[in-house]
This record gives sequence, C-alpha cells and structure tokens, in this order.
Amino acid sequence: MFDIERWQEIFDTIRKNKLRTFLTGLSVASGIFILVILLGFGQGMQNGIAQEFEEDASNRIVVWTQVTTKEYKGLNPGRTIQMRNENYDHIETRFNDQLKDRSAMFRVRDAMVNYKKESVGYSVQGINAGFQFVENQYISEGRYINYQDHKNGAKVAVISNTIKKEIFKNGISPLNEYLDISGIQFKVIGVYGDMGGEREEERIFIPMSTAQRVFNGADRVNNLYYTLQPVENFDQAVAESTKFSNDMKQYLQEVHTVAPDDTSAINVFNTLEEVKRFFTLIGGIKLFFWFVGICTIIAGVVGVSNIMLIVVKERTREIGVRKALGAKPWSIVGMILHESIFVTAISGFAGLIFSMGLLEIFGPYIEVDYIVNPTVNFNVAITTVFILIFAGAVAGFFPAWRAANIHVIDALRDE
Amino acid sequence: MIEIKDLHKSYKMGSNSLHVLKGINFKAEAGELVAIMGSSGSGKSTLLNILGMLDEADSGEYTLDGVPIKNLNETKAAKYRNKFLGFIFQSFNLINYKSALENVALPLYYQRIPRKERLAKSMKYLEMVGLKEWSHHLPNELSGGQKQRVAIARAMVGEPKVLLADELTGALDSTTSYEVMDLIQKINDQGNTILVVTHENDIAHMCKRIIHLKDGVIEKDEKVKQVRASQYV
Repeated sequence: MFDIERWQEIFDTIRKNKLRTFLTGLSVASGIFILVILLGFGQGMQNGIAQEFEEDASNRIVVWTQVTTKEYKGLNPGRTIQMRNENYDHIETRFNDQLKDRSAMFRVRDAMVNYKKESVGYSVQGINAGFQFVENQYISEGRYINYQDHKNGAKVAVISNTIKKEIFKNGISPLNEYLDISGIQFKVIGVYGDMGGEREEERIFIPMSTAQRVFNGADRVNNLYYTLQPVENFDQAVAESTKFSNDMKQYLQEVHTVAPDDTSAINVFNTLEEVKRFFTLIGGIKLFFWFVGICTIIAGVVGVSNIMLIVVKERTREIGVRKALGAKPWSIVGMILHESIFVTAISGFAGLIFSMGLLEIFGPYIEVDYIVNPTVNFNVAITTVFILIFAGAVAGFFPAWRAANIHVIDALRDE
Repeated sequence: MIEIKDLHKSYKMGSNSLHVLKGINFKAEAGELVAIMGSSGSGKSTLLNILGMLDEADSGEYTLDGVPIKNLNETKAAKYRNKFLGFIFQSFNLINYKSALENVALPLYYQRIPRKERLAKSMKYLEMVGLKEWSHHLPNELSGGQKQRVAIARAMVGEPKVLLADELTGALDSTTSYEVMDLIQKINDQGNTILVVTHENDIAHMCKRIIHLKDGVIEKDEKVKQVRASQYV
C-alpha cells in the first residue's frame, strides 16, 4: 500500500488508460451521487412535513359537528348536531388532568367589519384565552384575549398583523382604536401573528361570551379546540391523544343521541394521528429511496466488476508478459486491486463531495411544498462510499485472481 | 548450465493423452548458443516452456545452474524466472502503453530495484541494442526489428543465466532477422548462454550447436560451424 514503486506503476497505468479509468470512475461517482441526492430529498421531505405541522401545536385536537347520517333510537337521520357551552364545560371538568390548552369557538355569521369609513371582509370568531396556544399564535402588540375579558363579556378584539397592515396604513398603532363589527364598537387590544403564515391571519378574535351574547349565539358552540399535556415519547403521546379523542367523541355522541358508528355527525381531527400517518408515509418513502439508492449502488458495483472483467481480459497478455518477467501471482492481484480501489475511492469521494456540495449550496433555496432543506447524514454517505469501495474490491478480486493464475503460455497466446 | 535427464511430458486431450516429449536428454554448457530445430508438433515449444518454467514436466530432471527445478509453485517459479531467465518471444510481447525504456525496466521492477537505478540500467541496455534515441517511443512507433531489439534488451537487463528465444525472427523479414541474429551472436560472444527455438535452417546455422527434435525425441545433436550474421548485414 505504501510502496512508492507500486504507486508509480499504478499512476503510469491510469495515465495511459484514461478512458477505462474514467468509465470506472463515472459509474461509481454517479452511484454515490444518486444515492446521496435521494437520501437528501428523503430527509428534505421529512423536514417539509415537520414544518407543515409546526404551524399548529402538534398535539392539537379539533371537534366540529355536522348532520347525522344514521337513524338512532328512533331519531331520523339528517338532524343538525349543535354543541353547547355545557359540553365544553363538561369536557373541561372531566379531562382536566390531561388538557393543556382549551378553547371553544363561536363563528359570528355575516359579520360586517368597519374601521372608520373602510369596510373589510374578515371573519370574526369568539374564542377563549387558550386559543392562542392551540393555534400557535404569537403576540406582536398589546395582549391576547384573557379570561377576564371572557368573564366580563368585554367588547374587545384582537387583530392580526395582516389585518393591521391593511387597515392601519400610515403606521398608526391599532391599539385602543375601535372597530365596528356589525354595528357594535370593539376596542382593539392586541395584534397577533400566526406561524402558519398569512392564510391563518384572516380572522378577528373576540371573547367567546361576548360573541355569544352580542351576536345572538345563546350557548351555541361551533368548534372545540384542545391540546394535551406533553408526554415523554411520541407513541405514548399518540396513544393518549387517541384515547382522549375517542372518550370525548363517545361522550358527545351520548349527549346528542348520535349513533356510535355515525362518522359524519361528530368529527374529531387529531393532529398527532395525522402526524403519525405522515411519518409512516415518510418512513415508507425513505425506505423506498434507500431501496432505489441501494439498487443504484448495486448497479454501480456490477458496473465496476464488469469493467474489472474487461480490464483483466484486456490485460491478459500483459499479465502473461509480467509473469514471464518474474511477477508473482500476488503482485498481479495486488496491482489490479490497488488500481481499482484507488479509482473507486477517488471517484466515490468525488461523487460524495459533489452531491453533498450541491445539497449544501442549493438545498436551502429549494422552495417546494413538503420539501425543505434536503440534507444527508455524512456518516451514512461516507459509509456507503466505503461499502462501494469494498464491494468493488471484492468484485475485482475474482477476475484478478483468475488472471494471475492463468498459465503464462495461455496468456501470451491470447490475442 | 542446463541439464535435462529423461524428460517426459504429455497433454490430456479429452480422453486421449498426447505424449509430446518422450525422454529428452541434453546438456548445455555456459556460453553455448544452441538452436532447437524441428517441424511443428515436434515438441520444441513444449521443451522451451519447460525450460522456461512456464510449464512443468511429468517426469525427469531439470537442473539450471546447479539448482534442481522441481515442485515449483507459482511464486517460486516467478522468482526463478526473474533470476535465471530472459525471454524473447516471436510476437515481441512488449507492453503497448509503456515506452521502450519502461518495457526494458520491467524485469528490474520485479527485482525491486529502485526506479532511478532501474531506468539508468535499462538505458545502458537500450544503448547496447542501438536504440538509445528511441527510448521514449511507444512500441507501436517502432519497427519490427526495433521491437525485437527492445525485447532483447528487456531479456538481458536482469542479467539472466540463460536467454530463451522462441522463434525470435519469426515475425521479421530476412534482413532484419540477420540484424537481430547478429545482436544475439554478439551477446553470446560476451559469454551468455542462449537457447534459440527456430524452424529456419539459416537461423539455426548461425548458432554453434543444433538439436533436431522429431516426434518428442532428439533425432540429432550436432555442433556446427557458426555462420556469422554480420556478413549479411
């Protein structure tokens, strides 16, 4: 390995057989390149999905109701199910230990929002203080709606950064300004932003109790929002939130006399279950990428061994001459393997550096849905290179060994 | 220098066995220039292969420079070939991607001689065969006679005990053949032992002794008056 004479001999051979060397190198480098890029995009997809779910608290549970589709206990299908404050209160009391943030939501229908002479089209929703955390909203100015507002039925509103930009144009602070919502004045007390971006910032929030009282809501509730107390590991979290979802659904079905197998009347959306499904999907995709990558590597190895076979065939006569001049079998094997390992290693690392460089430089600029910052684990990549070198060496060994043991006479007769 | 006693060799051809050498006995002293003649199928190439340790005899003794050659494995054979023998082939067998100088230096590489020394020594031998100016040319830039002279320099460079030449003029025209034989005679004059396998009468008569092979036995072993090749050049 550290025999300078051997190295000179190998460099001589490589220099004088450029095409052969190039082809071997190309098949190895492209194999590594494709693998790294595929793995990078697998990771990129995982990052992308993770980012999608970062927008909301990741263990978020939402409940909404529609009409029944099944006959149950003598009641016709097609009944509209309407949740009430008492449902919200009951769940809050019963599952208090498990819940972290909670909020009911009442959608104000056909709200007309005016600021001075200007009319804007945003939806207005009554919510509780916990809503901020369920939706992963942050406060830019002022404060969020709190329990006190709810208790007092305060006529206050929280607007978003987007709304602020649109209504309060010349840098006026929106705080303590008054919005006219369907003829009633609401004082702006805060400005929120949402991690989910602009499409999540099209809503104006007012306290739940105010919304119900002022806009003729009685004790009606449209949606329920919850997040659960965090637990150590992901599977446990999924299990607990699934259980909570089911218990809650069962309770609501009992109270509203809904058939237990009616999938439409009461709907529970559990982010964690969704996340889990996505992660399973990504797991599948990554597995597939690995599969494709490994197939590519195998194709690379087969390519290398093919080239090695040709090399040995092409050099049979030369090997015969060398043996006649006193080369020992092992020195022939060593020479061929040394050359192949050297070429595989150089081109493998070239492919690795090129592909990783590409991911490093262009990865952060990739802006496609569900693909964010594709990167690849360096250790994985470098291990693959070594596996490829090793496989190339093994694949090259057998033809080399056979060639080294050919009878010199036969080798010299070879045309 | 070379001593062979009762050498037998047969090849298996399917179910038949082809007896090629049927008991060869001969002795060659140091400094001899021996031609081995015979028609094709007489066993002369087989004999040369056995002498060159490229093939092994079924029975019989072979002593080279006092060393009994038997039970060779590949590694040992390679060592002996490198130390004792220089080969010259009909089809030159130069490595086509190496220059004349590098081709000559190859046996020295396998003697583990450092590169500088190797190249200097090879240059000396190239000069001896009159190809100093051609040292950096690739084989395909040389004429047939020049290629064979490079091959001779390569066979000589390791300072072997015996030079083995297999139809060394077979691929050359007669003028070039005589030039090459002239070189062989000069090398022989310096005291080197050379065995030449040929089927050409005139080439054989440029040696000092001719062994006629026929059907695997020595038919005739005669000393001849050497014809100097220089008179034809």
